[in-house]
Amino acid sequence: MKLFLAAVCTAMFSAAALAEVVVSDPWARASILASRPGAAYLTLRSDADDRLLSATTPVADHVMIHASETDADSVARMIHLDALDLPAGRMVRFAPGGMHLMLMGLAGKLDEGASFPLTLTFERAGAITVGVPVLGVAATGPEVEP
Amino acid sequence: MNTANNTGGLRPIRRLLWATVAGTALAFGAAALWRAFTPSDLPAPRVTGEAAIVNSYSLTDHAGRSVTPDSYDGQWQLVFFGFTFCPNICPTTLAYIASVMDILGPEADQVAPIFVTVDPARDTVDVMAEYVAAFHPRLIGLTGTEAQAAEATANFRVWYERSEGADAPDGYLMAHSGYIYLMRPDGGFDTVYREGDQPPEALADEILMRIERDERS
Repeated sequence: MKLFLAAVCTAMFSAAALAEVVVSDPWARASILASRPGAAYLTLRSDADDRLLSATTPVADHVMIHASETDADSVARMIHLDALDLPAGRMVRFAPGGMHLMLMGLAGKLDEGASFPLTLTFERAGAITVGVPVLGVAATGPEVEP
Repeated sequence: MNTANNTGGLRPIRRLLWATVAGTALAFGAAALWRAFTPSDLPAPRVTGEAAIVNSYSLTDHAGRSVTPDSYDGQWQLVFFGFTFCPNICPTTLAYIASVMDILGPEADQVAPIFVTVDPARDTVDVMAEYVAAFHPRLIGLTGTEAQAAEATANFRVWYERSEGADAPDGYLMAHSGYIYLMRPDGGFDTVYREGDQPPEALADEILMRIERDERS
């Protein structure tokens, strides 16, 4: 039994060690009113199948993972995701008009030029913290495209 | 050549819109909107020509003035419906409209960009003033009573819904159609665009072409 548990632990450990998620091009849009939610965008890529479970930041009460779906009638609807699947090797892009991290209950306005830490928690890769630069209200992405 | 491509690309959208108009008017216009917002206060939607979209509203601009479409008589009008709690599509579209205005250069004087809130309870005149100013000095923000906003959305055949959720800001999220409407200087409906369907330069070209055609006739 002990041996079995040890084997399971080893398996889990090595899986966790192997799973690597790359977070690239994080940015957030400057907010106009502090009382309104903000949006942050980034690109994720995982070597192994993984899931984004949550995101937290000191600048917001909570962060929601939102997919944005536009149906055939051009109605845009935000879909709240409890977790986001990251299939191995596939680039998952958060971008204006599409998937976004909604920052709720902002401590203050997100001012252009500032930056804040964002911690993403993955099922296998664990927690990854990135610095998120705040770009202008009209920004469509970081200057350097991936 | 750009223009021809764009027009061709828009045809299916327009067709889609007409289908949407019929479906939306029947399914939601009748049920949700009219029931939710005291139907007795609302005039019956008027239909002019073949377009079911009617440029008709009575709202308050971000400076607190009462306005109707007549207030923008003589100008082309780019009308977009949204709300300030929308963190993703709305700022993206408004920034897009702002860059179209910048690209238009001096011709932008002939265009009135208008942002109408579908969430007037939270988007007060003061909120709208601060919000629109962040995008473009010419951007006009319109709000009003729930009934006035409902009348405007019904006339433009804009569909929106409110979904309650404990985790949503102030308890609700809103979904809405993302069309940018182009209205002619006489107030009539011209066409619709969507952010993301063409770069701002292409939309500016489309509008310039229309302005020039209009001036020649």
